[in-house]
Amino acid sequence: MKKFNYHSAKDVKEASKIASSSSVFLAGGMTTLPSMKLGLASYKDVIDIKKIKKLSGIKVSGKIITIGATTKHTEVANSKEVKKAIPSLAALAEGIGDPQVRNRGTIGGSIANNDPAADYPSACIALNATIHTNNRKIDAEKFFRGMFETSLKSSEIIEAIEFNIPQKSSYQKLPNPASRYAIVGVYVAKHKSGTNVAVTGAKSCVYNEQDLAKALSKNFSSSAIDNIKISSSGMNSDIHASADYRANMVKAFAKKAVDAC
Amino acid sequence: MASLVGSRVERKEDKRFLTGKGRYTADINIANQTYAVFIRSPHARAKIKKIDTSKALKSPGVVDILTGEHIAQDKIGGLIAGWAIRSEDNSEMKCPANPPLAKDNVNFVGDPIAVVFAESLDEAKAAAELVKIDYKVLKAVTSLADTMKSETIHDGIDKNLCYDWLLGDRQKVKEAFDKADKIIKLDITNNRLIPNAMEPRACVIDYNTASEEITCYTTSQNPHLSRLIMSAFGGVAPENKLRVVAPDVGGGFGSKINLYNEEIVCSWAAKKIERPIKWIADRTESFLTDTHGRDHITHAELAVTNDGKFLGFKNETIANLGAYARVFGTVTPTYLFGPCATGVYVMPAAYSNVKAVYTNTAPVDAYRGAGRPEATYTIERIVDKAAIELGMDPIEIRMKNFPTEFPFKQTLVHQVDSGDYIAGLKKAKEMADYDGFAARKKDSESRGKLRGIGVTTYFEACGIAPSPVVMMLGCGVGLWESAEVRFNPTGQVTVYTGSHSHGQSHQTTFAQIAADELGVPIENIDIVHGDTDKGTFGMGTYGSRSLTVGGIAIVNACKKIVAKGKRIAAKMLEASEEDVEFKDGEYVVAKSNKKKTIGEVAFASYLPGVRDEVKSPLPEGEEPGLIESSFFDPANFSFPAGSHIAEVEIDPETGNVKLDKYTAVDDFGTIVNPTIVEGQVHGGLAQGIGQALTENAEYDESGQLITASYMDYTMPRADNFPEFNLGFTCTKATTNPLGVKGCGEAGAIAAPPTVMNAVINALDGHEIQMPATAEKVWKACKEIKKTNAKAA
Ligand SMILES: Cc1cc2nc3c(=O)[nH]c(=O)nc-3n(C[C@H](O)[C@H](O)[C@H](O)COP(=O)(O)OP(=O)(O)OC[C@H]3O[C@@H](n4cnc5c(N)ncnc54)[C@H](O)[C@@H]3O)c2cc1C
Repeated sequence: MKKFNYHSAKDVKEASKIASSSSVFLAGGMTTLPSMKLGLASYKDVIDIKKIKKLSGIKVSGKIITIGATTKHTEVANSKEVKKAIPSLAALAEGIGDPQVRNRGTIGGSIANNDPAADYPSACIALNATIHTNNRKIDAEKFFRGMFETSLKSSEIIEAIEFNIPQKSSYQKLPNPASRYAIVGVYVAKHKSGTNVAVTGAKSCVYNEQDLAKALSKNFSSSAIDNIKISSSGMNSDIHASADYRANMVKAFAKKAVDAC
Repeated sequence: MASLVGSRVERKEDKRFLTGKGRYTADINIANQTYAVFIRSPHARAKIKKIDTSKALKSPGVVDILTGEHIAQDKIGGLIAGWAIRSEDNSEMKCPANPPLAKDNVNFVGDPIAVVFAESLDEAKAAAELVKIDYKVLKAVTSLADTMKSETIHDGIDKNLCYDWLLGDRQKVKEAFDKADKIIKLDITNNRLIPNAMEPRACVIDYNTASEEITCYTTSQNPHLSRLIMSAFGGVAPENKLRVVAPDVGGGFGSKINLYNEEIVCSWAAKKIERPIKWIADRTESFLTDTHGRDHITHAELAVTNDGKFLGFKNETIANLGAYARVFGTVTPTYLFGPCATGVYVMPAAYSNVKAVYTNTAPVDAYRGAGRPEATYTIERIVDKAAIELGMDPIEIRMKNFPTEFPFKQTLVHQVDSGDYIAGLKKAKEMADYDGFAARKKDSESRGKLRGIGVTTYFEACGIAPSPVVMMLGCGVGLWESAEVRFNPTGQVTVYTGSHSHGQSHQTTFAQIAADELGVPIENIDIVHGDTDKGTFGMGTYGSRSLTVGGIAIVNACKKIVAKGKRIAAKMLEASEEDVEFKDGEYVVAKSNKKKTIGEVAFASYLPGVRDEVKSPLPEGEEPGLIESSFFDPANFSFPAGSHIAEVEIDPETGNVKLDKYTAVDDFGTIVNPTIVEGQVHGGLAQGIGQALTENAEYDESGQLITASYMDYTMPRADNFPEFNLGFTCTKATTNPLGVKGCGEAGAIAAPPTVMNAVINALDGHEIQMPATAEKVWKACKEIKKTNAKAA
C-alpha cells in the first residue's frame, strides 16, 4: 500500500475542508481499503468520517425512514424500526456480502461508490429516496449517474438517506455465485403514486425498469408482466451471466419480487 | 487397555489451530531478513528482449535484483517432471526446460522473470515497478481442443504434444465393440480448477555464512523431496547443507507437492546476497502460479448388450499440462487416470488413450484425487448415459456389472485386494431413501421445481506402490515411507514420520496407532514431521498415502521396538523370550505373573546397569537404547471404494441448482479415527461439489486468467452444501497390517459425477458440462421446454 496521510475528522465541516481530488473518505473501508491494497487506487489523504456521530443512526417519522450515511449494513439489517417499516430494506442489508463486510460497510459508502452490482442503489431508486449531503438534497433518480459515478462533488459528504415507506415492497437478488454481489437485483416497491421496479447488476448503473413499472402500476400482480419482453441491449455480460440471461432474469426476479410482496 | 484405533480421539491439533497458535511459514521471521518480490510475466507468451534493472537497483531499500541471467551463470537447474511417460509408439515424452527465472521466453501469465530483494516489502514492491522489461508478445495457445493445431510453444516440441499414451488393447476393444448391441458415446470436459489452499505459498530462507547451511522454511507437502530436487536437480546446495522445514501448512490439495521457482530462487539467492529472505505469495500470485488441476477433454464410448452388460470401454482424452511439465503433471493423466477409467466394473476390454499437451497457461498438476476424479467422472457419467439409453435404473445397471469376487483383477492394471461394492451401494440406497425419490420429485414439481437423483459408485487407487513397479512405470523415486520411533529413557515416545500433515491430523491418527502398538498413553506420544533435520528421509503426503504407507512404517517400527523390548524384558524377568508376552504396554511372564512395563524396559535399555554389581539388563550382544526405524514399501496400492447418491432441486426460471441431499457410503477398510475421516470426506465432497456446481478456471484467448480472484473464481461456500449423510462399510485392506485404505480424496473423486448425474437426471437426460452454473442449466431448461412443446 502506498503511503498516505490519515485524518480523523471530528465533524462534517472539517472532513469537507480537507477533501480534495486526491482524497478519499473512509467510512467502512470495504471498497477503499482493498483497492488501495491491490494498488488499484492511491490517495494523498484518507479522511476518516466514522467518528462523526451525526452521520450515524436510524430515524422513522411518519412515512419516512432516515438512515445516517455511516450506518452499517448490520445495523440496518437488525433495526427493529426498519424491519417494521420496510422489511425488504432490512432484508437487503442482511444479504450484502458476508458478516465481516456487513459489520463494517456503510450505506453512505455503498451509494457513494455506486458499484453497478451493489444492492443499496436499487433501494434508493425503488423507495424514492432523497440523498442529503452537506450542501443539498438530491433525488435518487438524479444521484446515480453511471458506472461508479454519482452527482457528488469531491468535497461533498452524504449525511443521510431518506427513504419513503412504500405500501408493499420486496428485493430479490440473483447473487453472483463468486462475489455474491448482484448479477441481477430487482427491488419492487408499490407506492400510492405508483410502482417502481429498480434494477441493479444488469446494466452499468441502477435504473427503474419503466415497462415493468408501468404494467405493475396498473395491475400489481406477477401475471401482469408475463408478456413483457426485456431487451438485452445495454445489459452487462461476463463469465457468470450473458446479457440475454440477465435480461430474462430481470423479469424472473421482478416476478419473484411481486409474488413475495 | 482399550484399543484407540477406531475411537474418536480428540484432535491433538485442535488446541493449536483453534486458538490461532499454529506456526506457519509467514509466522517465521529471521533477524535482518530481506523481502522478496517476484516480477512476473503479464503476457501468456512472449520473448524477453531486454531487462533493465538499473533504475530499480537505485530505488530506496533495494538489496539486489536477480534475473534468469544470474540463474544461468550460476548453473542453477530448473523445475522437473517427476515421471517419465512413454508414448504408444514407445518414444519418450517431451519436456521443455523450465528455469526458475525465465531468461528468453515466458510461457504463462505469472511466469517469474526476476526477483527484487529489499529491506521492506513496500520498498521491494516499489522497486519491482521500476524494472523495465521489453517483450515481443507472441500469440498465446490457450484452447485445449486446438492446441495440437496451434503454433509450437516450445522449440522442438511438435504439436505441443508431450506424449500420446496408450494403456490397454485397441484390438480387443474393437472386437468387443463389434459384438455390442449398443455403443454409448459421451463427450465431456473435466473443468480446470484452482486448488486454493487457505495459506498461500511462502518461503523463508536463512543462510548461515559460517556453516554454509541453507535453511528453507516452506509450504510443502513433502520437504524431503523438495530438498532432494533442489539439491540433485537445482544444484542449490548439497543435501547435507540444505535443510528444508515445512512447519504448519494451511492446506495443499496437491498444489504444494511441487517444489516451485520461488523456493529454488530464494534458497540460492540467500547464499548469494548473504541475507535471510522472506517471500509470501499474495492471493493473485496463488491464483496465477499455484499448479492448477484437472482440465481434460474426453470422448468416451461404452459397448453394452441390450440387457445392460458392459462389453468394452474406451476413451480418447486430451489433457492440459499447462506451460511446463511438473512433478506429478505427467503421471496424473496417465497412470493415475487410465487404470481407473473402467471403474468398479467387470469390463472385458478397455483402453485409455491420452494426449498430454502444452498450453500457455499455468502448469497443471495433481489436485485432490489427481486423475482418479477425471477417470471416475468419465466412467460414471457414461454408465448413467447407458442406463438412460437402455431404459434401466442407474442402480440396477451398476449392480449388474460389479465384480462379485475379490481379489478382483481390474481390466487395465489393478489387482484390487478387497471390497464389496454390492454392500456399499445397497447401504447408500437405503440411507438416501432412494425409493422415496418419486414422492419427493412430485413434491418439487408441485412447487414448479425439477428434481433429480444421481448415483455414483467408485473405486480409487491410492498409496501408490510398490516402489519397483512405480519406478518401472517411470517415476523418478520410490514411493515407500519411513518412520523412526524413539523411546525416551523416561518413557515418552517421539515418532518421526516422513509424511507431512497439512490438515490431515497426523499428530492424532499416528499417535493413536503408536499408542496401540506400544501400550503407552497417547498423551506420551509426540509426532514429529516436516523437517529434514528431524527423522529419516520421507516421501511426503499426497495421494492418500499417509496412513496406508507412512502409518504402517510407524506400526512396523513400533513392532521392532516391542521385539527388542521383549528380548530385554526376558533377561530382566529371568525368563525365556518365548514365555514373555507383550500386552497393553507390559511384558508378562504368564507362569510367574512377573512383569515389566515397556517404560521400565526403555529406562533399563538406556541405563543398563546397577550400583555395586556388574549386571546388565541387556542380553549378550544387544545394543543399548530403544530406537527403531522402518521403511515401508507396500505390496500394492490400496483400493478404497464407495457409493454416493445426490439429489438436486432445480428452479427452471433461474437455473439455480440446489444440492438438497447428499449421501456418501465409503469403504476405507479399518477406520482409525472416525471424526478425522468424516472431516476428510467432508472436505473432499466440498471440493468435488465445487467442481460440479461452481468452480471453473477460465483463461481468455490472450491467456489472461479471468478468474484470478474470489470475485470471479467461485469457491463453494457452506451454504452451497446440505448436511452430508455419511455411512461406512468395511472390507479390510490385505496389503497392510492395519487393514486401512486411503480416505483423503474419495469425496473429490465421487462427488462430481454424483452431482452431475443428479443434475442431468433432473434435466431429463439433457447433457451439460461442469460446472452446472445457473445460466447453463437455465438454457437447458428452456430447450427441454421447447422440445416438450414440440412433442406435444
Ligand atoms: C467481500 C465483499 C463483499 C461485498 N458484497 C457486497 C454485496 O453483496 N452487495 C453490495 O451492495 N455491496 C457489497 N460489498 C460492498 C460493501 O457493501 C460496502 O458497502 C462498500 O464497500 C462501500 O461502503 P464502505 O462503507 O465500506 O465505504 P468505503 O470503502 O469507506 O468508501 C467507499 C467510497 O465511498 C466514499 N464515501 C464513503 N462514505 C461517504 C460519505 N458519507 N459521503 C461521500 N462519500 C463517501 C469514499 O470516499 C469512497 O470513495 C462488498 C464488499 C466486500 C469487501
